[in-house]
Amino acid sequence: MASISSRREASAPQRTMVAPAWARAWGGRQLAWPLLTLGIAALLSVPTLTVLASVLVPPDAIWQHLATTVLPQYIANTLGLLLGVGVGVLVIGTGTAWLVTMCRFPGRGLWQWALLLPLAMPTYLVAYTYTDLLQFAGPVQSTLRAWFGWSRHDYWFPEIRSLEGAIAVMTLAFYPYVYLLARAAFLEQALGPLEVSRSLGRGPWHSFLTVALPLARPALAAGTALALMETLADFATVQYFAVDTFTTGIYRTWFGMGSLVTAAQLAACLLLFVFVVLALERLARGRARFHPTALGQRPLPAVPPFRLQGLRAAAAVVACLLPITLGFLVPGGVLLRMATSGGDPLAGAIFPQLARNSFTLAAVTGLLAVLLATLLAYGLRLAPSLLARLSTRIAVLGYAVPGTVIAVGILIPFGWLDRAVDSWAQAVLGRSAGLLLSGTIAGLIFAYLVRFLAVAFNTVESGLTRIAPSLDEAARSLGHGLSSTLVRVHAPLMRGSLLTAAMLVFVEVMKELPATLIVRPFNFDTLAIRVYRLATDERLAEASTAALAIVAVGLLPVIVLSLAIARSQPGRRPPP
Amino acid sequence: METAVAMPLPVPDREARGRARRARKGGGMSSVVRGLIGVLLLATALGGFALATAAQNREVNVYSSRHYDTDAQLFAAFTARTGIRVNVIEGGEDQLIERIRAEGANSPADVLITVDAGRLWRAQQAGLLQPIASPVLMERVPANLRDPEGYWFGLTKRARVIMYARDRVDPSELSTYEALADPKWRGKILVRSSSHVYNQSLVGALIEAHGPEWTEQWARGLVANFARRPQGGDIDQIKAVAAGEGDIAIANTYYWVRLAKSDNPEERAAAAKVGVFFPNQGPGERGTHVNISGAGVVATSRNRDNAIAFLEFLVSDEAQEIFAKGNNEYPVVAGISLDPVLASLGTFREDEVSAARFGANNPLALMIMDRAGWR
Repeated sequence: MASISSRREASAPQRTMVAPAWARAWGGRQLAWPLLTLGIAALLSVPTLTVLASVLVPPDAIWQHLATTVLPQYIANTLGLLLGVGVGVLVIGTGTAWLVTMCRFPGRGLWQWALLLPLAMPTYLVAYTYTDLLQFAGPVQSTLRAWFGWSRHDYWFPEIRSLEGAIAVMTLAFYPYVYLLARAAFLEQALGPLEVSRSLGRGPWHSFLTVALPLARPALAAGTALALMETLADFATVQYFAVDTFTTGIYRTWFGMGSLVTAAQLAACLLLFVFVVLALERLARGRARFHPTALGQRPLPAVPPFRLQGLRAAAAVVACLLPITLGFLVPGGVLLRMATSGGDPLAGAIFPQLARNSFTLAAVTGLLAVLLATLLAYGLRLAPSLLARLSTRIAVLGYAVPGTVIAVGILIPFGWLDRAVDSWAQAVLGRSAGLLLSGTIAGLIFAYLVRFLAVAFNTVESGLTRIAPSLDEAARSLGHGLSSTLVRVHAPLMRGSLLTAAMLVFVEVMKELPATLIVRPFNFDTLAIRVYRLATDERLAEASTAALAIVAVGLLPVIVLSLAIARSQPGRRPPP
Repeated sequence: METAVAMPLPVPDREARGRARRARKGGGMSSVVRGLIGVLLLATALGGFALATAAQNREVNVYSSRHYDTDAQLFAAFTARTGIRVNVIEGGEDQLIERIRAEGANSPADVLITVDAGRLWRAQQAGLLQPIASPVLMERVPANLRDPEGYWFGLTKRARVIMYARDRVDPSELSTYEALADPKWRGKILVRSSSHVYNQSLVGALIEAHGPEWTEQWARGLVANFARRPQGGDIDQIKAVAAGEGDIAIANTYYWVRLAKSDNPEERAAAAKVGVFFPNQGPGERGTHVNISGAGVVATSRNRDNAIAFLEFLVSDEAQEIFAKGNNEYPVVAGISLDPVLASLGTFREDEVSAARFGANNPLALMIMDRAGWR
């Protein structure tokens, strides 16, 4: 009886993984995983919840003022950004992933990994360089005016510092997220459906639209959601481009007007947009489940099925070359030119220290983030109760919250905790404990974890869901416990996802700016801080050396990722 | 279709008991995971305690929103003279104020340095600063550039002036800030965003002189004259004037001097095309708007004497010279020689209004700018 009911439970479509009755009957120990999940999720939700708690305060006069003056602008710009960037990354990311996976054309092997390069370039650097290049006083327009003898009102040139400019820059910076996940999804698709499609007379384009795309929906939805959350959280780019969104409004209201409460209420509005994005993602994923079945899986052949020739091949090359050029080569080139013709007068002395700081922070945070994400994802898989799902969703919300807001959401509870520990220490030990959490590296790493857990979690979770529940049950029947299954069965299978997650978090921490500015300890600067400091003082040329250093270091994980991609070519055993 | 996996039933046979025992052992947190978590917690706690017990005797902790590289020279000079180490954390002044507030009684901050008087006033209102009685500071800093009770002191001055295109604007057409709302400047004025404290203090000074209703009308008129949506910093405005995007820019003096002294020939050429005009100099006018970069001792400071010594050093002749030559600012102390390019701009009459008034008017200034559409 127990075996029949457990099989039925295990094959129920709604729940991926429930501890079978025979395991629950042994009770006790099984609480460890759900509790761990809840604990981690609760800890990481503290900053977000602290911010949301300010919403309980009734709106004051400042809110009325905002609502009548700037709030409509914030909403319009935010919606415009979401729509523009969403469509942009979907088109570019999916299109290039399909071309590179399924079609044969010149340079395919190169484009496969080169399309990742914009990941290494922080969005704000792309913004700074394009502004420097395309603004009215910049070289492009100045040359045009000199050649044709035009003055200001004689010609039209697209304004770079605008909503459209911000959409373009963010699309170029964020399409690799969609590209990565779409490519992995296309690679995994069994050849069967595509061959059927071809045998029914559909060409590459038609197969793509009607067969491959729907199958890849979850991956596309996850990638787009990541890109949109990054868009919502971005501050430096929209501030530089003079586009007023919720993030700039939060800064202005909190710091300029000194009203933390109203700023938190704006932050809560921002989180509303995030909920909408996440809900859309869930909707787009659909109810289907996508486990590669053991039987009937024919890996893609080494040579991709569709061959492009002539004009089509040229178009494919241009389609791949364009995002790489605009998203990486042009900004990189501008920075190189600035660095070689000016550069940072303090480059030699403090650089090793800055680089060391950035590197250490990024490495530690990457490892911790993957560890926590794995624990969370596995705990969710074991016991997907409503509470666990909800708390995990809140824990990963940090990604869409601007770094400054997270920093404040951290400073407040840390400050409270430090004061509490201090008074305890005074009472019991007779001396002050000082500041344990505020202004320490631990506080900074915690801020990064809150901010970037979503990156690690989405990657790890998508890797975990690709493992069929039957493997869990097989492992269990062979005597493995829950954690043993995770360590010895799931982890090796998920190696690729774990590595991807660690690398993505590494790159993100290297580029991170706003939270670092507020939470960092004394005498502790990173490369990103150096760039920001110089750029906001309008000394972009002097910031170029530090900026190139960020890009160079950011290239390392991109190279590793691309090697992993090269290894996962069709025809070889695909790593998970 | 799954093959039938033999699910062990809770039958009391030896094999099942053995499996059950093994499963129970591995069923909770594996020892590896437990060990990792324990090490992590221990490391965090130890690290925190180590930092907390670091000696704090011969040092002063400075939270500074000045973002100029030459300040490093200043701090090194102080350490050389007194042997007190200077620990600096730089950031936006608003963020620094929030941080001191959140750190509370245990905040390690000793000195807060800002680039705007309004923020010093705000820190004082929030109870983050403490008054100090230092005859040196009282004597060397003019009365309108420091708090009367000694909560904060100005260290350098900067004037927010009108910069104009030499080939398109005749300086005789310029007179006051107030006149910039005149429709004759339609589509010609460039200025940075209202989010920046420099503009908020300028409008704060106008509110002080003319009251809020008049200032709002003026702001509307100014916005109607904008050549483009406010974007970029002060140097961007000056370069845009040189390139022809507008005729007038409102910017701080030291930015123009920086361009004029730049190693980059393009920047020097841009500065050469732009002239500097000190507004409100006519008889009966109040004088050009002047803001300060200043400092105060934090209320919870544990190195109060070191902090006072640091501030007194900053108004010494040596430090004031470094300020003047390093970042092209006007020193607050009389008798210090200016940077030659800055001196070539000439002397001017300053608006004598107390810098504390900008801070008090700051929230109102922001609201006025919002309503006028000055983004």
